[in-house]
Amino acid sequence: MNTYAIRAIYRFEMARMWRTLMQSIASPVISTSLYFVVFGAAIGSRMMEIDGVSYGAFIIPGLIMLMLLNESISNASFGIYMPRFTGTIYEVLSAPVSPLEIVVGYVGAAATKSVILGVLILATARLFVDYQVMYPVWMLGFLLLTAVTFSLFGFIIGIWADGFEKLQIIPMMIVTPLTFLGGSFYSISMLPPVWQTITLFNPVVYLISGFRWSFYGTADVHIAVSVGMTLLFLLACLGIIAWMFRTGYRLKP
Amino acid sequence: MTPIIEINGLTKTYASGFQALKGVDLTIREGEIFALLGPNGAGKTTLISIVCALVRASGGHVSVAGHDIVRDYRAARALIGLVPQELTNDMFETVWATVSLSRGLFGKPPNDVLLERILRDLSLWDKRHDKIMALSGGMKRRVLIAKALAHEPRVLFLDEPTAGVDVSLRRDMWAMVRRLRDDGVTIILTTHYIEEAEEMADRVGVINHGEIVLVEDTASLMRKLGSRQLSVHLAQPLAALPPALAGLPLTLVDEGHTLSYTFDAQDEQSGVVPLLRALENAGIEYRDLHSSQSSLEDIFVGLVEAKA
Repeated sequence: MNTYAIRAIYRFEMARMWRTLMQSIASPVISTSLYFVVFGAAIGSRMMEIDGVSYGAFIIPGLIMLMLLNESISNASFGIYMPRFTGTIYEVLSAPVSPLEIVVGYVGAAATKSVILGVLILATARLFVDYQVMYPVWMLGFLLLTAVTFSLFGFIIGIWADGFEKLQIIPMMIVTPLTFLGGSFYSISMLPPVWQTITLFNPVVYLISGFRWSFYGTADVHIAVSVGMTLLFLLACLGIIAWMFRTGYRLKP
Repeated sequence: MTPIIEINGLTKTYASGFQALKGVDLTIREGEIFALLGPNGAGKTTLISIVCALVRASGGHVSVAGHDIVRDYRAARALIGLVPQELTNDMFETVWATVSLSRGLFGKPPNDVLLERILRDLSLWDKRHDKIMALSGGMKRRVLIAKALAHEPRVLFLDEPTAGVDVSLRRDMWAMVRRLRDDGVTIILTTHYIEEAEEMADRVGVINHGEIVLVEDTASLMRKLGSRQLSVHLAQPLAALPPALAGLPLTLVDEGHTLSYTFDAQDEQSGVVPLLRALENAGIEYRDLHSSQSSLEDIFVGLVEAKA
């Protein structure tokens, strides 16, 4: 195990984050604050409670997930895409590091950053709405699991993308719609039955449902299903990454 | 000398169908400076890239100090440092951060004293806190060299190190290469500049169309370089060399119409005069004389064109 390499990659990536601290932290915090102001304070006061939770509090887990997915994907994809774009990836490829060590370094840093942001947003939410966390350990577990899983997903996008547009296209065209339609702002039980069934094909539903359960103890799907589906997605991402390194896909001609 | 890199039957065909390497066999000796010459697209960079794990080989084997680059990649890669051809830098990072990353990537514990020495040797110490994008082109290349040296490699690859580099940096670079060689580092460089190979390398290899066409000691190449050739066009063709001329380095070419005489231009003893005297004594008449000097460049061009 080349622990020096993992540490070197991780530190290097984290240094990039501290350097860009303002845009790293400020923009997601500001945009989620806007959601809280609009949906929580302004509209939320006219909405009914969902499952006994005020609307403002209800959307917190969904909003954190929305931000967590976007940040994880964009951090991790950017982190690996940049060295590919500038060519500095040559050094990582020529170094005595295994694919696993590369992934731990890059994805670890991206996930760390997302978790920090998630906690920050949770703290920010406190300024706007009152909420409780029923199962804090589960909540942190979900936060971590989601951050890692979607950082892995971002890593895949960062290797797949051969231009900056492609780096944006998956988060914009797929992840954002899935998050909005995955119950960030509503309970899926509020949908007509047909749409409820269709929604179950959306992996983000399981993330949000599980995460919300850790807050309020109510969920659209069973917590075990949520955890299982997330782990399944994590394994799928790991499988794709393993294949990418084995075949040299867009890394080694 | 013991081999440090052994390349056997190495082939590479890119996805486009382009065959970049067609069965390369090459042995690099420990501690030598080896220059790989070849025209653009000959396969120099592909060859280096395979050894440095940037490109996957289609066939064949490479080992570094006995470690196979695929099976035993950690041990093999840890020994190698690479200075790429392009100026590929992390523009927003500082010199110090990027050099520290390099050392860690290669599995070495932090060593600030060593990094300081490397940066001082390359006149980068004063710039260590500067962002790389603020550096000049020459300085950026120095950063790449510092990165490659940060993990104390035993083999250093320099891919076109002096392309677009000014005279002073080139001089510094060669001084550094010699110093590294004195420390026992094996150096493999690719270049277009034949003078550079002549001046620096212990051995020269020529690659063209994905094949190694020549590997030779620079010294013996230089002997060829130092030699002149005199062609004596005879009035009457000879069937064989007359015994009177037997002691001289002569060959009969062009169906006996021409005598080809190779001699060392620096050596007073050989030279044109003894030959002409011997010809006169043997009663051989000639119509014309033509002398020429071959340079490494001629040899190189000859090799490359013969294969084209």
